[in-house]
Amino acid sequence: MGTRTRPQTARSLGLVPTGLLVLGAIYCLLPVSWVLVSATKSPGELFTLSTFAPGSGFFDNLRQLNAYRDGVFWRWMANTALYAGGGALLSTLVSAASGFALAKYRFRGRNLIFNILIGGILVPSVVLAIPQYLLFAKLGLADTYWAVLLPQILHPYSIYLARVYAGVAIPDSLLEAGRIDGSGEWLLLTRVGLPLMVPGMVTVFLFQFVAIWNNFLLPFIMLGDDGKFPLTVGLYTLLAAGANQPSLYNLIITGALLSIIPLIALFLTMQRYWRTDLSGGAIKG
Amino acid sequence: MRTRLAVAALAVTLAAGCGGSTTPETPAASGAPSSEQPAAGPVTLTYWTWAPNMDKIAEVWNQAHPDIKVTVSKQAGGDDAAAKFLTAAKAGNAPDLVQAEYQHLPSFVAAEAVADLAAETAAVKAEYSPGLWGLVTLGTESVYAIPQDSGPMMLYYRKDLFEKYGISVPTTWEEYAEAARKVHKANPKVYLGSFSSKDPGWFAGLAQQAGAQWWSIAGDAWKVGINDAATTKVADFWGGLVNEGVIDDQPYFTPEWNKALNDGTQLSWPSAVWGPGVLESNAPKGKGKWAIAPLPQWNAGESFSGFWGGSSTAVSANSKNKAAAVAFATWLNSDPAALDLLVKEAFVYPAATKGQAALGDPPAYFAESQPDFWQQASAIGATARGFTFGPNVGVTYNAYKDGFDKAIQNKSAFGAAVQSMQDATVSDMQKSGFTLAQ
Repeated sequence: MGTRTRPQTARSLGLVPTGLLVLGAIYCLLPVSWVLVSATKSPGELFTLSTFAPGSGFFDNLRQLNAYRDGVFWRWMANTALYAGGGALLSTLVSAASGFALAKYRFRGRNLIFNILIGGILVPSVVLAIPQYLLFAKLGLADTYWAVLLPQILHPYSIYLARVYAGVAIPDSLLEAGRIDGSGEWLLLTRVGLPLMVPGMVTVFLFQFVAIWNNFLLPFIMLGDDGKFPLTVGLYTLLAAGANQPSLYNLIITGALLSIIPLIALFLTMQRYWRTDLSGGAIKG
Repeated sequence: MRTRLAVAALAVTLAAGCGGSTTPETPAASGAPSSEQPAAGPVTLTYWTWAPNMDKIAEVWNQAHPDIKVTVSKQAGGDDAAAKFLTAAKAGNAPDLVQAEYQHLPSFVAAEAVADLAAETAAVKAEYSPGLWGLVTLGTESVYAIPQDSGPMMLYYRKDLFEKYGISVPTTWEEYAEAARKVHKANPKVYLGSFSSKDPGWFAGLAQQAGAQWWSIAGDAWKVGINDAATTKVADFWGGLVNEGVIDDQPYFTPEWNKALNDGTQLSWPSAVWGPGVLESNAPKGKGKWAIAPLPQWNAGESFSGFWGGSSTAVSANSKNKAAAVAFATWLNSDPAALDLLVKEAFVYPAATKGQAALGDPPAYFAESQPDFWQQASAIGATARGFTFGPNVGVTYNAYKDGFDKAIQNKSAFGAAVQSMQDATVSDMQKSGFTLAQ
């Protein structure tokens, strides 16, 4: 976290970083605004109006999407919320508990476990999707909700983050004091450790939530039943509608727009936890 | 060929273990015991397909057949669907029924993922043209799927703009080239058509028209002839026009191409019978202005076409209810009531010859400009010839995209791209352990 000793230099150099950030923001927001504008176009307008001219079909698109196969879109939305919400919550709890243990306990094999985890970060989860599918098929769990939830609970990078955060945020002396007062290890984790780790856990939760929300390959391979699809795989069935069917672009774009709204809402509501995080770090500076 | 496939079938039966009872070693033997299965009680079948409204069609079947319940799971179509099915089959987790595009069926057969239906389908064989039936037998005595829809190719063209630029409908590719030059000279912004480096299925159809045989089987070995004279001729023809600048090189189905179709700067499209759906949604302004004609021919007086797209219904090798699955697949693709539903609900051009009679009114898009659309299409369809696809079409198609992209970018000869398709296909088949002739 920053020290407060260089306000003048920071101000004089402020233009360059601000400019860079504005460029970055434009880079990130341009595609989103394209989605926003395109969602208002009717199928006929999509390829005929100029790119950023709003069309007249937004409510028609919404109605069509709502009616598409008896509202299967909302089912996909609910599935995605379940995968992302449930998966991220479980993943956060597992990561926080393991991070706490790795940071605050000395035991045989601790470094080995940690090194294996670091190695795990280097393996992209995409590579694991097919072996995981074959494994789940053997267990009879393929094509179930668990098939998408379970593989995303253990996430090496989140455990790594949680360990680093626990190491910094929880003073050893606090745990010592707890032990002297006769607290058990479980109580130390739930009453002392986790409350101090909340900002870190929020970060892990958001990371995982977004990652699962956007995950395509794992559910694509795992799920055969279209009633269990998340949004990513569901919308893909509209895009790849087969060689002899035109893609339903207007529904896909409207669906994509609706699918990012929960993410935006989540970030806006979770933001204040991050602010706590930053200021907390600054005070300890 | 038969021996090769049968040997592979045996190997997989031994390896797979589960559900091996339906794996075809000899069609007659496996057909008999499994046909008794439906009597055992109500069975549930899963069906992976991407055809629209297939769940409604299955519902009609379910109403009439309480003992066989078909559950449709709508999937994404295309190459990924084939990969997903192969992975599921490998895990012993495949659906009972699957929609299989003709070009992917051989890869399903090579992986022993689909059952041989020869015994059960003998009665419906006559419903399909020999050209289509060849696509599901791969030229063997086995039958690996039941044809569902087909995509004979024809030339879609803007009637009004052809008149405006004073060109007549080309009957040979020579005339097509002349027309391309004339149109582009009259208005440099306008092209007669476009060469798509992103649609290998389209190119395969044109190669079929020219008489190409990309794969064939001699005894126990595959022969790969993608760089044969016919294919090279097709590639060089388009390469010449693209490098001359009189034909656009915009891939199909891109926003730019849609726009060109819509605003009349692209005058024609050699496409398949399913073209109206694409035109209607991507070029709404052209309604009532497009017409169809047979593809231009390589030699005056000939009349040939090829296939772009089309799919079949296959039954998984490890389906536990093979007989029930075949019964549904047969009903779906040959029963008059089902064919009617396929046409009206799933918007397919049915493979069954009598199903093509279910096509009454022309597509609304063509109502004014080509009121006899289906009669024309059916006459053209009768002239279409296909070829046997190989077990690694995905590799070949990717090589097409890479090779022709590069050729367009470097303005180099298209023949080299065909050669790269041949090389990539051969080396992949060697790596996968197929025996190759030559």
